[in-house]
Amino acid sequence: MRELIWLIPLIPLLSSVTLMLAGSRLPRLMIGIAGVGSVGFAALLTLGTGINFMANPEPFQLTLWTWMQVGSFAPGVAFYFDGLTLVMMSVITGVGFLIHLFSTEFMERDESYARYFAYLNMFVAAMLVLVMADNLLLLYLGWEGVGVCSYLLVGFWYQNSANGQAARKAFIVTRIGDTAMALGLFLLFTELGTLDIQAMVGIANETWQVGDNVALIACLLLLAGAVGKSAQLPLHTWLPDAMAGPTPVSALIHAATMVTAGVYLIARTHGLFLLAPEAMMAVAVIGIATTLMAAFTALMQSDIKRILAYSTISQIGYMFLALGVGAWTAGIFHLMTHAFFKALLFLGSGAIIHCLHHEHNIFKMGGLRTRMPVTFWSFMIGSAALAALPMTSGFFSKDQILLQAYQMPGMGPWLWLAGLLGALLTAVYSFRLVFVVFFGAAKTEPDKDTGWRMALPLTVLCGLSLIGGYFIIPVQDVFPVGSGDHPAHWVEYVSISVPLFGVLLAYLIFHTGQLKVDSLVNSRIGQTLRQFWLSGWGIDWLYDRLFVRPYYALSGMLKSEPVDAIYGLIVAINQTFNHWLSAAQTGRMRWYIVSMVFGLVVLLTLALQISPEVL
Amino acid sequence: MVMVNLILILLVGGVLALLSERVNENMPRRVALAVVLFDLVYFLIHLSGMPELTQLQAPLPDDPSTWLMHFKADWIPAFGISIEFALDGISMLMVLLTLVLGAVAVSASWTDVIVRRGFFEANLLWTLAGVLGVFMALDLFLFFLFWEVMLIPMYFMIAIWGHENRGYAAMKFFIFTQASGLLMLVSILALVAVNQSATGQWSFSYFDLLNTPMAEATAHWLMLGFFIAFVVKLPVFPFHTWLPDAHTQAPTAGSVILAGILLKTGAYGLIRFAVPLFPQAAMDFSYVAMVLGAVGVVYGAVLAFAQTDFKRLIAYSSVSHMGFVLLGVYAWNELALQGAVMQMVAHGFSTAALFMIAGSLQERLHTRDMREMGGLWQQMPRMGAVAMFFVVASLGLPGLGNFVAEFLVLLGLFQVDPWLTAVAALGLITGAAYSLILMQRAFQGEPNPKLVDQGLMDFGRREMLTMAVMMLALIGLGIYPQPILDIAQPVLQSLLEVTP
Amino acid sequence: MDGLNIPLNHILLVSSLLFAIGMMGLMIRRNIIFILMSLEVMLNSAALAFVAAGAHWGQPDGQIVFMLILTVAAAEVAVGLGLVLQVQKRFKTLDMDHANRMRG
Repeated sequence: MRELIWLIPLIPLLSSVTLMLAGSRLPRLMIGIAGVGSVGFAALLTLGTGINFMANPEPFQLTLWTWMQVGSFAPGVAFYFDGLTLVMMSVITGVGFLIHLFSTEFMERDESYARYFAYLNMFVAAMLVLVMADNLLLLYLGWEGVGVCSYLLVGFWYQNSANGQAARKAFIVTRIGDTAMALGLFLLFTELGTLDIQAMVGIANETWQVGDNVALIACLLLLAGAVGKSAQLPLHTWLPDAMAGPTPVSALIHAATMVTAGVYLIARTHGLFLLAPEAMMAVAVIGIATTLMAAFTALMQSDIKRILAYSTISQIGYMFLALGVGAWTAGIFHLMTHAFFKALLFLGSGAIIHCLHHEHNIFKMGGLRTRMPVTFWSFMIGSAALAALPMTSGFFSKDQILLQAYQMPGMGPWLWLAGLLGALLTAVYSFRLVFVVFFGAAKTEPDKDTGWRMALPLTVLCGLSLIGGYFIIPVQDVFPVGSGDHPAHWVEYVSISVPLFGVLLAYLIFHTGQLKVDSLVNSRIGQTLRQFWLSGWGIDWLYDRLFVRPYYALSGMLKSEPVDAIYGLIVAINQTFNHWLSAAQTGRMRWYIVSMVFGLVVLLTLALQISPEVL
Repeated sequence: MVMVNLILILLVGGVLALLSERVNENMPRRVALAVVLFDLVYFLIHLSGMPELTQLQAPLPDDPSTWLMHFKADWIPAFGISIEFALDGISMLMVLLTLVLGAVAVSASWTDVIVRRGFFEANLLWTLAGVLGVFMALDLFLFFLFWEVMLIPMYFMIAIWGHENRGYAAMKFFIFTQASGLLMLVSILALVAVNQSATGQWSFSYFDLLNTPMAEATAHWLMLGFFIAFVVKLPVFPFHTWLPDAHTQAPTAGSVILAGILLKTGAYGLIRFAVPLFPQAAMDFSYVAMVLGAVGVVYGAVLAFAQTDFKRLIAYSSVSHMGFVLLGVYAWNELALQGAVMQMVAHGFSTAALFMIAGSLQERLHTRDMREMGGLWQQMPRMGAVAMFFVVASLGLPGLGNFVAEFLVLLGLFQVDPWLTAVAALGLITGAAYSLILMQRAFQGEPNPKLVDQGLMDFGRREMLTMAVMMLALIGLGIYPQPILDIAQPVLQSLLEVTP
Repeated sequence: MDGLNIPLNHILLVSSLLFAIGMMGLMIRRNIIFILMSLEVMLNSAALAFVAAGAHWGQPDGQIVFMLILTVAAAEVAVGLGLVLQVQKRFKTLDMDHANRMRG
């Protein structure tokens, strides 16, 4: 089984290539079978490998070939398999399979059915390479690969320029992070002489003391990459726009897998981050700041997918917080449960959009509880898990994060408090969504209900969102063991009760209307804040002024090629001389002869004057 | 003799192509394709007797017999000028690239050129002959001769078969190259004279001129002469302004050859002559060169972003990509040099393909203005997909050849100067910006209503075949670049030993 | 060496005079036929100088060059008369001042 793990990314890749080459000639059924089947097969292989691994939990490495060898730089196309890899692969192939199945119905009527599955399969292959990579260069291959697939899928409906705009934004903003990460790779290789993650961490521990400056810079550069990919402050602006893609794509790429790649990267290189406490602190601060920023923004949105997008940003912020305080296991655990419930929510919203003539505005929905029962229950369970209500999967993971954040020496309690505020907001915005969309009076009638290919993935994900919290992820050998201490009981009680309070608030405001917030919202300061949060804290506006417009202005200014002006000057000088001298060219032969003779006489006279002895 | 034959086949083939137009006006392109392919096969047959890639011997600078091939015959013995060719790993790669892209260029001219086809194909083959000469000649006089030989047919190709502004572009191309070539000639003659006064022997042979003892100031000036000739060709900021005009105005096949091969002669010249002949001077100068390279990377990318002309955008992207080559050469360590060689090969394919796409668009739409395109994917999905492939290749997607090149260059450069690396790395971001805007403006977005009912033809079999060759080449370079690296390694090894 | 012994200087003087006459003709005449004739005079003056110098030094080179000049002159006349015909045909005149299309 272990020698065959290379098949797991290869099968979706082959399917993708086949669909690209022959997709237009295949019947839809065949396309669906290839697209879903390949990921299903990969999931089965992952399951087999996982069972094998659990029986003998020894990490192993598999080198296929040396990618490139230049001197001592010899990264291989090599895979590394341990508990962390297994968790990630299971999420990717498992959730991926469900989303592929969902897509067959969602994209049923799309004319580019084959292209869709080709991209989606390629994404799965690239994502698998990312998490299986043994060295940072191969990881970078997967990293960029998923970026391109994300670009292709966000801009899938390319006839609309706005989609293309969103796709480009997604790619370029993440590319900024990726470039920083590439610089990090250069630094790591220059300092440590290898990019193989395990060996590199080992050498780093021998070379650097805790708090070493080079380690700090390297970690910050890696962090920049992670921040870009995982849509954290300050590089988060692409994710809400990326919702322009088909909804299953948002579920797979922009909720469950790709956006968590940054979390994976930091977890994978945690050995380096432990050497740079300031970098860890930066991770935690970025995480908590993003959590709050995105949660406030989500509270104000009215587009169902944008709410979920900001919620994703916010939840990944929790994962960063976990990583930053050294709660590695909790971070990865939240990554997994988040993949379940956020995929569920996105697919649910996909079902709503699919059945409501592509309506995105939640205030034009309503009363869907009875009309779309499967979707309703999906949303209930998903939102409960998102809000971390007790006994759901999100509860277990988020609770662990908050408790471990509290224990961090120094600013721990403050991080905990901020995290609680985030949890409160999460509960409010997620149940605002539920109450507005599913209760109250119906505003738009669904024209169809979900078929089995949509219902089945929703049901399975519901189950996972409920019981996912009881899974034990096999990462105990990957990460250093925590202290095992527990904070005082009141901390735990508060952590549990805050989300419940949030749901109550949402119930009172958005369902019964007993709690009147209109006067607060309509006050001047309320309006300003509302506008500010709705626009995502004005960050897009700021970047537009700071980077986008100056870049356009610069390129517009240089378009006329100022360098050519220098050469133009040379040309102008030549032309002036030409003008003067051509006056002498009368075209009359006698004039030429006379001037020649005259010149000769002058020259001879001069020669005689200067050196008479030549004659 | 093999090397002489390689060139002769192309020269004679050019005459044949010219004459064959009398038989049938479709004949020249067939003859040209046959000649190039024959040349390629001929070369491959003679290479098959070479040792395994991993066991290549390092070509010693003082001993031509250690090179893969060597040929020497007297030409003008009074001045020590001889017909001397030699082949090492890098020239071998370049010769292969030239012949493959030569075949691609013939394919690109298949339906593009409609007047005086015989003379066109003849010029194409003669340019290729000149380029092969440049890559193989190791007598500096002969080298200069071929440097000029490749220039003149290229001039004709732009001036006769170019687009609306061809006269201006051809003249600009000619003057830039010619003026810088003369600087090189002066440097060559001065170098020979210095060598003569030191050894008492006239010689233009590369092997004799290496290690010529000379004063520091002399070395600096002579190095500068070579440097300028090569960076104008490469081209490097601020000597690049001929390139956008020439590339844009040239016929498709001409652009393919210009971007794919001719630019590489500049890079080759730097690696082969400018640095090894004056190692100390080049090292003193390296920082300036690297700054120029980094500026070129960013400048080219910013200007590419501003363009509305499809071909001009690609032309500026070449400026940006060639900046990486300059950085790689002057970082002068094994990683960066390997990256530079890799970039020469990978950029040859990716840009040639993009120019072919531009040519196909021009053939169908009669415009290169991207404001008049839009939504073309819908009507020409195959062309769109192919364009997408080469666009992501050119923005450096890992798994394709250009990534390996850029990564190695930057990795090598980082060990020399981290800050310049950071500046050059900006090129990765700006590169993404112009590449994707190209896709957006031409192939995505709302279909242009004027084009909807025109019944545009998607790529046909010939075009797909040509593209497939280049796609496979880029994928191969991207996931298993080792053969290229192995071929170049011994050469770079011995070059690195030349410098202090 | 006995015969008539004309000093070299005299011959050179004659040659110079001939050359000056030719040159003056070239400068003054407008008719292309006269221009060609003036050219012939100049060529012959140079040839005379060569022959004289050859005789003076007792070397055959002077006479060899004379042969060369003779050939050049013949070729020149051939080309020149061809040009005369063309000029006459295009401009309907032999006045060279009218054939000034090459002005800058």
